[in-house]
Amino acid sequence: MTSSTGTPTGSLARSVQFLQRRHRFHWAEIIPWILAIAVFYLLPGYRLLATQILVMILFALSLDLIVGYAGIISLGHTAFFGTGAYITALMASNDIPDPILGLIAAAAGAAVLGLVSGWVLLRTTGLTLLVLTMAVTIMLQELANDFDEITGGFDGINFTNSEILGLIELDQLWYSSSYIYVLVVLFFGFLTIRTIVYAPFGRMLIGIRENTQRMSAIGTPVHQRQVSVYIISAAIAGIAGALWVQVQGNVTTEVYTFELSGEVLIMLILGGTGRLYGAFLGATVYKILESTTEQVLGTDEPYWQFAIGIVLILTVLFARRGLFGIFEDIVKKFKGASKGEVQ
Amino acid sequence: MKKYLIPAISAAGILALSGVQADAREYKIGFIGPMSGGAAQLGQQMERGAKLYMKLHKGELGSHTVKMIVRDSKRPGGPIAKAAAQELITRENVELITGLIFSPNAMSVAPLINKSKTPVVIMNAGTAFIPNMSPHMVRVSFTMWQAGYIMGQHAANKMGCKTAVSGYSNYPPGKDSIAAFRKGFVASGGKVIDEIPMGGPAKVPDMTPFFQRAKSKNADCMYVFVPAGNHAAAVAKTYQALAMRKAGTKLVGPGDITQDTQLQGMGSAADGVVTAHHYNMFLKSAENQAFVKAWQAEYGANSVPDFVGVGGYDGMAAVYAAIKGANGGKLTAAGAMKVLRGWKYNSPRGPISIDAETGDIVQNVYISVVRQKGGKLVQEIQQKFEAVKDKCKELKLGKCGKKLY
Repeated sequence: MTSSTGTPTGSLARSVQFLQRRHRFHWAEIIPWILAIAVFYLLPGYRLLATQILVMILFALSLDLIVGYAGIISLGHTAFFGTGAYITALMASNDIPDPILGLIAAAAGAAVLGLVSGWVLLRTTGLTLLVLTMAVTIMLQELANDFDEITGGFDGINFTNSEILGLIELDQLWYSSSYIYVLVVLFFGFLTIRTIVYAPFGRMLIGIRENTQRMSAIGTPVHQRQVSVYIISAAIAGIAGALWVQVQGNVTTEVYTFELSGEVLIMLILGGTGRLYGAFLGATVYKILESTTEQVLGTDEPYWQFAIGIVLILTVLFARRGLFGIFEDIVKKFKGASKGEVQ
Repeated sequence: MKKYLIPAISAAGILALSGVQADAREYKIGFIGPMSGGAAQLGQQMERGAKLYMKLHKGELGSHTVKMIVRDSKRPGGPIAKAAAQELITRENVELITGLIFSPNAMSVAPLINKSKTPVVIMNAGTAFIPNMSPHMVRVSFTMWQAGYIMGQHAANKMGCKTAVSGYSNYPPGKDSIAAFRKGFVASGGKVIDEIPMGGPAKVPDMTPFFQRAKSKNADCMYVFVPAGNHAAAVAKTYQALAMRKAGTKLVGPGDITQDTQLQGMGSAADGVVTAHHYNMFLKSAENQAFVKAWQAEYGANSVPDFVGVGGYDGMAAVYAAIKGANGGKLTAAGAMKVLRGWKYNSPRGPISIDAETGDIVQNVYISVVRQKGGKLVQEIQQKFEAVKDKCKELKLGKCGKKLY
């Protein structure tokens, strides 16, 4: 931001201006939402898949908050996703079928787990942290499998939600109301996350990610901040888990698998970490490759893992900032030349 | 005027119907199974079985044809199978869904097909209560109770086992299976002294500690259920490594532990294992011999069918029967169920039928023992139980006794 020609005051003013401008909405930010609405009308036969993509975006966003912004690497984010999922499913199958209540309870439950596990786990870093987060979700999965009187075990439970606000039924064939419901929740979830990352709190997280010791030295209570963002992220992941099972009307121990944690991390890396819209792009690309590779290639042979693998390798090798990073570069090429703007 | 109205309408109806009959119709059906990942081998077996039936019975539908659209269910859980089913029904307009290896796959699809009124033929998923989840479902595979209960009786009555330990993969089919064994074994005067959970179905655990615990109980029989696939080989090997046969504990189980596709890989470890199951490739019937021959002609001499392959084959036979019943018209759930509930067929596994009331399979169960012959392992049939129904539904245990839709 600082240009060598500007005076100190000019430089400061520009920095302030940059910070102020950053959180403002850019007109282009409406594009994903328009696309989401277009998908609703144009591809009704893919609506369940599209709904699943929206949920995965929210899940990936919650992970981005800790991985991309706070620099907390986790392979166990399904612990929160799954907890939200089971809380909602168990409520619905025990006569509290209201979806909104389910969401709230899922967020609260996941947040509590985030507090308890985060408080302990975030004292570690790096590989230790990675393995411990993984261990938490695997333990929860075993619990869910073992207490099958309650959870239905491996087979899971089927349940039905009541109408949203007593009005809108979550439809189980065309998924029209489900899609809109998830889209609305995703929108508010996104707004929350966006507000957080552009608030001073979010800037502080980036500071912690970049240099933990320095942030400690200037007086930031690092552990406390990390736990705070972990709780927020957990709550949002819990909401994503709740949406996931509400839409499907079915929960199985799959929501706790560490494979799913890995998948969502891959989605995020594909899209690009620490850049909000990376989650949108990554989750969409991943899910589409996962479910339509064979159809596009016109074969019954399973090539989807191969396709995802290639895209992932290429991304990691040539586009370190993810697919959204490529997109940013292209935009910069066009804009940078005309405006001379440096970001 | 009114007098002529009804005859006129029926005449028009008959004309319309005969018109439909003359047209060649393509019936689109959806097939959902794990085509990738750890269970891909099962998906392949099932698909091969289904396609073999289609190939051998091409001319049976007259001018009508069947197009099978395959979708990968990837993981055992519900979401992907369900999205595939939604897409098949709403976009591809399939008239029937089949396949379904894992129970959660079938269970997650149930609410969807109840809404769309799409008939479903389950080719594998074995949790006992699944057909209770939809009036539009039938199952041609098996339930854990069919083999487990009979194995329990046989172990106590014919093998001289007074005590038994059970080991099982810790998920519903495993629990079903050992519950069935316990019921049959105790009813015949035996006593189950320990039931050992042996890890989950997704990954093959190290079996040694579980078998060590079983060995320490000194039971006459050890009943083991693990899902078909890679678990089975580990069971036989561990049993041999711990010298449990010498210690006097006989290994018994459902046929999942001597699955035909895994059997030759077990070597001498499997010699003497006694199982109860509805199919193995060594059945002597003419239908089975023709089936195995056709399979090996199609997929190579080294390829063997197992019970999952037969599930696919018989499932497709059921689908063809339903299509024949539709007679050139649309395949509706009501129409398909009218044909399939009560349907009888001479399968490679022996005569099978679908129970009209429950929608579940009724079939023979065979007791067989593994023997080494000329450097290869074969299964000898020792005893046959005819027309076995699902015990869980007969006894109305838990969810088996309830309507779940």
